[in-house]
Amino acid sequence: MEQIWQIAYIVAALSIVGSIKWLSSPATARRGVMAGQFGMLFAVVGTLLRAEVVDYEWILISIFIGAAIGAPLAYLMPMTAVPQLTALSHAFGALAAALVGTAEYYKNIPTGFTMTALVIETVLGYLTFTASIMAFGKLQEIVPTRPITYKGQNFVNIALLLFAVSLGVWMIVEPAPSWVFPTFTGLSLLFGVLLIIPIGGGDMPTVIALLNSYAGAACAAMGFALSNRLLIIAGALNAASGFILSVIMCKAMNRSFLNVLFGAFGQVQEGASAQMSTKPVHSATAEDAASIMAGARKIIVVPGYGMAVAQAQHKLRELTDALTKRGVEVRFAIHPVAGRMPGHMNVLLAEADIPYDKMHEMEDINPDFAEADIALVIGANDVVNPAARHDTASPIFGMPILDVDKAHTVMVIKRSMNPGFAGIDNELYYMDRTLMLFGDAKSFVAEIVKELPAH
Amino acid sequence: MSPEIEMSLYVLILAVPLGLQLVQRVSPLLHTPLMSLTNAISAISVVGAILVAGAAGASKLSQVLGCVAVVASTINIVSGFLITDRMLKMFRKKDK
Repeated sequence: MEQIWQIAYIVAALSIVGSIKWLSSPATARRGVMAGQFGMLFAVVGTLLRAEVVDYEWILISIFIGAAIGAPLAYLMPMTAVPQLTALSHAFGALAAALVGTAEYYKNIPTGFTMTALVIETVLGYLTFTASIMAFGKLQEIVPTRPITYKGQNFVNIALLLFAVSLGVWMIVEPAPSWVFPTFTGLSLLFGVLLIIPIGGGDMPTVIALLNSYAGAACAAMGFALSNRLLIIAGALNAASGFILSVIMCKAMNRSFLNVLFGAFGQVQEGASAQMSTKPVHSATAEDAASIMAGARKIIVVPGYGMAVAQAQHKLRELTDALTKRGVEVRFAIHPVAGRMPGHMNVLLAEADIPYDKMHEMEDINPDFAEADIALVIGANDVVNPAARHDTASPIFGMPILDVDKAHTVMVIKRSMNPGFAGIDNELYYMDRTLMLFGDAKSFVAEIVKELPAH
Repeated sequence: MSPEIEMSLYVLILAVPLGLQLVQRVSPLLHTPLMSLTNAISAISVVGAILVAGAAGASKLSQVLGCVAVVASTINIVSGFLITDRMLKMFRKKDK
């Protein structure tokens, strides 16, 4: 152990493990980020000190360009755009892994085990790159967010993947002709695009977590190709993390991985919605809502993606403050798949300066709905649909939901009676105890805040 | 199997369960920061990119691919860590 870079790598590996460990609680989480940055610094400096690296100029210029693009990206993106930014970040990381694999391949075509690692690194890198770009496009609404499906789609996707894999196996078994690697690259890129096309907005949390996992796996495969254990450790941690998050997301939707990727959820069930939409609903004004809230003791707020779209979190904070001052207890119930990525709602509420001891997970708060005077639903739909409990015909049957229908009064802030992107009608809206508050979430909450002092 | 590969496989065998254990303990409150932090960490592929771009006698192709990879992974590192910290700064426990 006489090489400085080896020591730097070991320090980097330790820091990275510590970084994730510290992230487990909000009290130590920022220390986790520090440790991660420290580890990354050691990894980069250690690598630059390696004898193999002789040419610095372009590397330093590249690092500078990367930092000059990355920093404004992180500072200028609004908090509601965190899912997009994460998808974009995945794309860049995966692209880097794929390009390194490509360069290694052309440098000196490897064989056997190293080639296997290289094939895995490249296929995962390229498909994660285009898939993440597509996910970014859907989240940013540049690409249509509705699932795009066609007949035989799964067949096409699977055939394409099998073709790419068999080209990969060919390159591992024997030196293949020169057209094989570029074709393999092209197929991987194309597969990434096709993978995301049939996925709807509501499935994004799972998909982003899955892409996170792929990016980590590509990094670990690169570690095998280069015999670099630091890459294996960091990649494995990331792959494990993305995998666990996607399992949690799948469980929270009562669906399997395969179903998320190949199920093309969210096609409108015309029959059911046409039948339901003729039923009457009780709508109410901001004044009605304010007077009921003034008399309540316990309110549970259920935020969803609609809150993010309307940027209503800051007004919600004002409402919370006004109610708390009057002695009303206000808490927040967060469904695991609310929003577009795991933990999305927590970040937005934290942005609005709502303390995290008021945010509660589904299992913890569900028993409390029965004692709540008001459940206020803002921009959430499927995660509060009671059909998930009893309607075996519903596509969301079996999905764990927040039991808002048990609350004494339910208020739903919603733009109109149009069903959400999933196209599933929600029987919650037709209950006698439900008041529909039609309007933009942000301005409606603002109006309630204005009306409140009069009651 | 070469000792190099053997060692790498042992590292993988230990790192995966460690990762699963560590991540399972992270509160759902912090799942978004967790994802952006691990995302930044996976950009450690910058190490491979530097080795490719700066190697002695690297071909033009390797240099170009390596440098683009360095740019891409640096974007990932910088934006990943900064956004994670920006998010974590906002989390606080009690009302002032």
